[in-house]
Amino acid sequence: MSIAIGATAPEFELVDTAGASWSADGAEATATVIVFTCNHCPYALAWHDRIAQVARDYAERGVRFLAINANDADRYPRDSYQAMQARVAGEDWPMPYLHDATQSVAHAYGAKTTPDVFVLDSERRLRYRGAPDSDYGDATQNAAWLRDALDAVLSGSAPGRAETKPVGCSIKWKQ
Amino acid sequence: MMIPLEIELLWWDGCPSTERALDELHEALRDVGLGDVPVRRREIRTDSEAEAAGFVGSPTILIGGEDVAPFGTDEEPGLACRVYRRRDGRISPTPDPDDVRETLRRVLARTAEDDE
Repeated sequence: MSIAIGATAPEFELVDTAGASWSADGAEATATVIVFTCNHCPYALAWHDRIAQVARDYAERGVRFLAINANDADRYPRDSYQAMQARVAGEDWPMPYLHDATQSVAHAYGAKTTPDVFVLDSERRLRYRGAPDSDYGDATQNAAWLRDALDAVLSGSAPGRAETKPVGCSIKWKQ
Repeated sequence: MMIPLEIELLWWDGCPSTERALDELHEALRDVGLGDVPVRRREIRTDSEAEAAGFVGSPTILIGGEDVAPFGTDEEPGLACRVYRRRDGRISPTPDPDDVRETLRRVLARTAEDDE
């Protein structure tokens, strides 16, 4: 079950690829973007650079990004914690990459795909959920839906488009 | 006698790219004058089916048994969405249509030679 727009998002504590602990409650953040993603999905990979650029563009405005990989690493070794560490070491990541080894956070948020984007306001209420933009194959889309949602949240208003259908690979649940 | 060209699309329902891949495949078939050739769809449901079929991800398109985008040795069979790289460098869940057309033409030429 997914959390409803306006509802308080579940708290969590997860470790990133450097071993640092992160929670949903970003006390000093103006907004928090949680992106369920992974290493091996073409949709997640196609959108990754666009999402990362949004993270860079909104950092000065106090927006915090958390990427979470919840895929079952036993069946998909390319999503193991070690593979996540190797990927971050080899790329320029503007956000921590968290490992949801038990999949409890993905379940709590009702995440379905990679990517699946959740925008929380400063009080941890869900303001947007869905895809970054309308077309993974068109970089000029520039994660417009995510940017629109952030602009609305930062201006204290509700996003005009609060929910879109997440598009991507299904999260690989443990069996 | 013309040897029938077998075209297969292997898919797994964990990926939403099947219909797009099928549309792009049909377009490529029309482009090379094979719009009437049927495409056999084969669903891969389990890890063991993936292993048996050498299925490294969905969708996989086989033309005369030849993969339109030969995969690397680090890709192992399994139920996953396949990562393609288009000729312009973009990552994509479906193969580059130019790769599909090129494979079609190559296999067609080979089939014609075998037929002579």
